[in-house]
Amino acid sequence: MRVALFATCLVDTVVPQVARATAALLERLGHEVVVPAGQACCGQMHVNTGYRREAVPIVANHVRAFAGAEAVVAPSGSCVASIHHQQAMVARRAGEHALAADAEALAERTYELSQFLVDVLGVTDVGAYYPHRVTYHPTCHSLRLLKVGDRPLRLLRAVRGLELVELPGAESCCGFGGTFSVKNADTSTAMLTDKMANVLSTHAEVCTAGDSSCLMHIGGGLSRLRSGTRTVHLAEILASTEDAVTPHQTTRPAVTA
Amino acid sequence: MTTTPQDLRTDQTPLAPGAPRSGTTFLGLPTAPRGVGHLRGDRSFPDAARDALRDGQLRANLGHATQTIRGKRARVVAELPDWQQLRAAGSALKTATMARLDEHLEELERQVTARGGTVHWARDAGEANRIVTDLVRATGSDEVVKVKSMATQEIGLNEALEAAGITAHETDLAELIVQLGDDAPSHILVPAIHKNRAEIREIFLRTMPRVDADLTDEPRRLAMAARAHLRERFLRARVAISGANFAVAETGTLAVVESEGNGRMCLTLPETLITVMGIEKLVPTWRDLEVFLQLLPRSSTGERMNPYTSTWAGVTPGDGPQDFHLVLVDNGRTAVLADEVGRQALHCIRCSACLNVCPVYERTGGHAYGSVYPGPIGAVLSPQLTGVEDNASLPYASSLCGACYDVCPVAIDIPSILVHLRAEHVEAQERPTAESVAFRALARAMSHPRLWRLAQRAAGLGRLVARGRPTMPAALPFPASAWTRSRDLPTPPAESFTAQWVREHGGRS
Repeated sequence: MRVALFATCLVDTVVPQVARATAALLERLGHEVVVPAGQACCGQMHVNTGYRREAVPIVANHVRAFAGAEAVVAPSGSCVASIHHQQAMVARRAGEHALAADAEALAERTYELSQFLVDVLGVTDVGAYYPHRVTYHPTCHSLRLLKVGDRPLRLLRAVRGLELVELPGAESCCGFGGTFSVKNADTSTAMLTDKMANVLSTHAEVCTAGDSSCLMHIGGGLSRLRSGTRTVHLAEILASTEDAVTPHQTTRPAVTA
Repeated sequence: MTTTPQDLRTDQTPLAPGAPRSGTTFLGLPTAPRGVGHLRGDRSFPDAARDALRDGQLRANLGHATQTIRGKRARVVAELPDWQQLRAAGSALKTATMARLDEHLEELERQVTARGGTVHWARDAGEANRIVTDLVRATGSDEVVKVKSMATQEIGLNEALEAAGITAHETDLAELIVQLGDDAPSHILVPAIHKNRAEIREIFLRTMPRVDADLTDEPRRLAMAARAHLRERFLRARVAISGANFAVAETGTLAVVESEGNGRMCLTLPETLITVMGIEKLVPTWRDLEVFLQLLPRSSTGERMNPYTSTWAGVTPGDGPQDFHLVLVDNGRTAVLADEVGRQALHCIRCSACLNVCPVYERTGGHAYGSVYPGPIGAVLSPQLTGVEDNASLPYASSLCGACYDVCPVAIDIPSILVHLRAEHVEAQERPTAESVAFRALARAMSHPRLWRLAQRAAGLGRLVARGRPTMPAALPFPASAWTRSRDLPTPPAESFTAQWVREHGGRS
């Protein structure tokens, strides 16, 4: 299958190794990966901060960049949820009905990574090797908006060498919430503290999730505490093989995938 | 447009902030007026939250209480195989009711009147307080007993009565604790959730006349002390004031659901009963209660059925209060109803399940919201009742995690309303703010690929500030400092993923 990769603005700019891992994984599974150069952002940050009018041209750019794609995959539950639940809504509200229809059609072909692997490709064992103790944080939007359920866990359980430990209070928000983390920094930090306490209680080396934004939050807190526990995106774990393990901390950008 | 003579407009509600002032015809719907009631805080949410977050005892009390109720709710909801259908039914009933609210309200008035009750219409908190105060004065009584009621807390009725020399005794145990402690409620269902039993014992010892000096913090002893204190007031009260969980339009029936029986005492013993109710609380038919009486107790207290459900219609000779008044309060509700997205907030049945699962509420408690309606539902209801500019920080008091929507028994999409209200706030600004300038510039970059590549390269220059370190310095200018105060920020790479891909794969898309 020819898969168009939507890196998402955050991954593209700050943690490119997550997009590289996604591409490497899909190629290893025998699919052709294309990266439309016109891509930027899904518009979620603008919509969720109250700039829904300003989000319309961002949505238009996204729809333009991915026009004609057979399937779009993004390593983010949150961005894919925004594509599914917000893009057409903000376009329609602005009177851009043609754009809304195009966004809806594109959303139908857009998948979060774990959904794409399990539902579309029908694989849970992607041939990965990752010899670490790992705990999984289900991010709110992948859990409650996209309802990815246990797909990421099924993928992780099939990874050779990986010891999966359950995260207490897993379904509690980590406190990121986009601009919430800055506008309500104290409350966000209080939520993060409890999330970190749970992560650390598992004695896992690695906390993983399907969203780089939440991982940047949790990882930023763990790094500040010099805890030694790092955050690694699900795509990086699934891309790892005996030949190329990627144990990089998100706060230490990798040079290669 | 017609011109209204100046003298006919003197009794108009003060114009809502942001309401059109030009011309003489009132356009738009009035929001809850300032200066009366408890819908506005004196500080923004982040400021108020900062203090609450530092209160370790508060955090412990809230964490313990919300997790306990959350667990109970999850267990009893899981028992019902048709829970999702019940939610859908509750949502559909509320949507249908709101669509013809005016007709249902008039039917309710006809039915209550036909059964010997008197219906009063109050445009806002000020009018409602005047109506109730006048009704109590007419009885000659200088005290009332109260059933726990959010509507009367919202309009600040106790303060209005006090100003008129009338003492209001709260009879719900938690409301009594709050009242005796000269405190404010912090939860819709459990107003004293922020207090633990040792603190409650201290309040009782300090404020209850004739309390046993050996009172311990054993829950039963505390309840018995409250019981003795309240019994005296029930027996001498001649006037009671209640709220209502539901009003049935077709029969004129009012309903109050509760756990303690204190409400039942208030609803049956006094001669005069005054019920203050928001106009959105009605259901068209008696049968509709079937759905809501299943949804409410399981969502609120985590019980299959609440211990007391009291219903009454008008007056019954020789049985219960012989004088019944129903005060229907708008106080901004019609303005909420006019908003296509926000009107869902009026479907709320005040179960507080959303508070109990909210990770923000669990840590800040209810006082930080500044309104009698805290938590996720408060963050969408209060700004709509007052006009969003009067509670502009509340729609942002959420990480949009969606836990509230999942548990809401009438499926109110709270996250979507929060996002909608944020936009209403942004769009209400007449002058550019630093934030709006930044977001507009970013939107421009994100919709023009070449500009976006330049912006990404500029972001990559952040690595120069990091000077080879894996994370950015913690001391960065605002707003980055709000992040770096408690979290490390990764140093951005020199090249974005797409730039690298295009470089390696050539022109291929």
